[in-house]
Amino acid sequence: MNKIVIAGIIAAVVVGVVVGVIGTTGINKNSGTQGVTQSTETQPQTVQQPAVTPLRGNVVIDGSSTVYPITEYIAEKFSKVHKEVNVTVAISGTGGGFKRFVVNETDINDASRPITDKEKESASASNVRWIGIPVALEGLTIVVHKNNNLFANDCISVEELREIWKPDSSIKLWSDIKPEYPRQEIRLYGAGPDSGTFDYFTEKVVGKARSSRTDYIPSEDDNVLVQGVARDRYALGYIPLAYSEHAVDRLKILKVSEKGGECVFPTNETVTEGKYPLSRPLFIYVNYDKLQSKPELKEFVLFYLENAKEAVNAVKYVPLADKYYTEAVKIIRNERYGINDDTTLTNLYKSIK
Amino acid sequence: MESRDREGVDIEERKGYQKPIYSYSSYITKGELIDSIVRYALLGASVSTVIAIIVISYSLISESMNFFTHISPYEFFFGTKWAAFFDDKSFGILPLLAGTMLTTVIALGFAIPIGIGAAVFLSEYAPVHIRKLVKPVLEILAGIPTVVYGYFALYFITPNLQAFIPDLYTYNALAAGLAMGVMITPTIASLSEDAFYSVPQSIKAAGYALGARKSQVILRIVIPYTLSALSAVIILAMGRAIGETMIVTIAAGLRPSLTLNPFESVMTMTAAIAQAATGDSPRGTVEYTSLFAVGVYLFAVVAVLNMISGYLRRRWEIKYE
Repeated sequence: MNKIVIAGIIAAVVVGVVVGVIGTTGINKNSGTQGVTQSTETQPQTVQQPAVTPLRGNVVIDGSSTVYPITEYIAEKFSKVHKEVNVTVAISGTGGGFKRFVVNETDINDASRPITDKEKESASASNVRWIGIPVALEGLTIVVHKNNNLFANDCISVEELREIWKPDSSIKLWSDIKPEYPRQEIRLYGAGPDSGTFDYFTEKVVGKARSSRTDYIPSEDDNVLVQGVARDRYALGYIPLAYSEHAVDRLKILKVSEKGGECVFPTNETVTEGKYPLSRPLFIYVNYDKLQSKPELKEFVLFYLENAKEAVNAVKYVPLADKYYTEAVKIIRNERYGINDDTTLTNLYKSIK
Repeated sequence: MESRDREGVDIEERKGYQKPIYSYSSYITKGELIDSIVRYALLGASVSTVIAIIVISYSLISESMNFFTHISPYEFFFGTKWAAFFDDKSFGILPLLAGTMLTTVIALGFAIPIGIGAAVFLSEYAPVHIRKLVKPVLEILAGIPTVVYGYFALYFITPNLQAFIPDLYTYNALAAGLAMGVMITPTIASLSEDAFYSVPQSIKAAGYALGARKSQVILRIVIPYTLSALSAVIILAMGRAIGETMIVTIAAGLRPSLTLNPFESVMTMTAAIAQAATGDSPRGTVEYTSLFAVGVYLFAVVAVLNMISGYLRRRWEIKYE
């Protein structure tokens, strides 16, 4: 009898351990995507410290995966100077980040597009005030195979792109674009639907965010797209400038025109000057009241702008003009921005182009 | 039971003590205790696989129930467009099924002749020293991580194929299928070689005694005798090909297209799951639960395959004894 009892206990323990292991693994998997954002929530709330050195406290950041590399670069550098300030950067996407930002959960939101009217309303409903700061530019290039000489002047218009990329587009062959083009299937490469690039391209070119034909080869990894276009004779794709400009020997970057305007070749200069149609600013949105009350946050924002050019170059985006960054630092330092404002600094960067 | 008791007692006696483990219970010797620990630990190990199946099925099915409250089963099973992450969503599994079948057929078309051919050579023709050389090589081939096969397909197979087939997509079903074929060849070769090896010498000798040539013995005796085992091997390999994720994610293009043209880009069921799982689609959304629905489908396909395998095995089983 005793044997059976002891054996039973052993069996129960073994099964229990096994179930426990399976159970924990299951839970880990389930919380996977939320883990990153939750880690920031568990941070202790800011303890208000008088402005003494060394600077203490924390800066909580969430938002766009596109802006993340810049912010992360700066956060790392900032932590080396201000060791007592704890900076956390999470990635929930621009929209996901704004959901937390407008209810006062985060100090800064990384955004690859301006704040929407709906998000503005949510913010004022929770008495959250904010300012928007452009920090960098990104250009999107249209690329084809190196030997593709079909486009006159190697130039494509945004309107042509819209016809090609709109949902259920009837353009299947090159000859569907122009009858004199070869009767060959057009092979399309583009950003995967999880990337901010996809959001931007569909909104800018197709006219509606996330609305796109689906029979193209998608990838979140831009090198995959470079590889595809470089080797497919009849390929056409869109790739961020940072990636395509390093592959100019393997593929051809097209000039782009919009509304019958001139054809512009994407370079750091034409993107900075805003001449190239497929360029967009990247932003950080900062909580207005916390910017006033948390010295470590103000210091971080100033540090961000002072080091933005270096960071933006390091992560291969296009920096804004030098003068913009120095002027923006002055505006933040002297608090000459408005409440609920994404125009002061946006106007500044537009005027400096 | 007997031998275990005997041995336990023997060892105790030899060492010169027969001390009970617990002073209040002289019934259990140390040997017996170890024995029951081992026995129930092993029981736990085998039960845990059953528990794993139950837990996996439960999580798959419960999440896919959520999916089917939003999308009708008809649209899922017979829809011809898969666009989970676009503005205009669509969840038809047929393009994914076509992609999976296409890559699997290519892989098996490559791996079955080569794998079984290699196995016949190794078991019937090869001298011992060749056998000793080839077998470990096959095992190394089986140990290469699939991510390596994926890039092998993309950067080696595809460019070489493009030299012959100019219309080939850079990301295509053919190269991914061939890489998968290379991957499952050692499995087929190794397992079928074991099967050929198990053919009783007496039966083969009887064939030779009747004047059969070596090729006749192989085709008329060895292969028919092992047909059940071979079919099981092939189904096993097919299961691996259907479940393979990394190679098709890297090399096949992730473009859901309802096609059986091996030169085009395709997306398999596994690749769709991988895409949905690694992306930042929020939990609970339709596109998130879609990955569980595809998972259940995949699970069901493999289960059906296993049943077919079992049926074939029973049907072709030849008893010589």
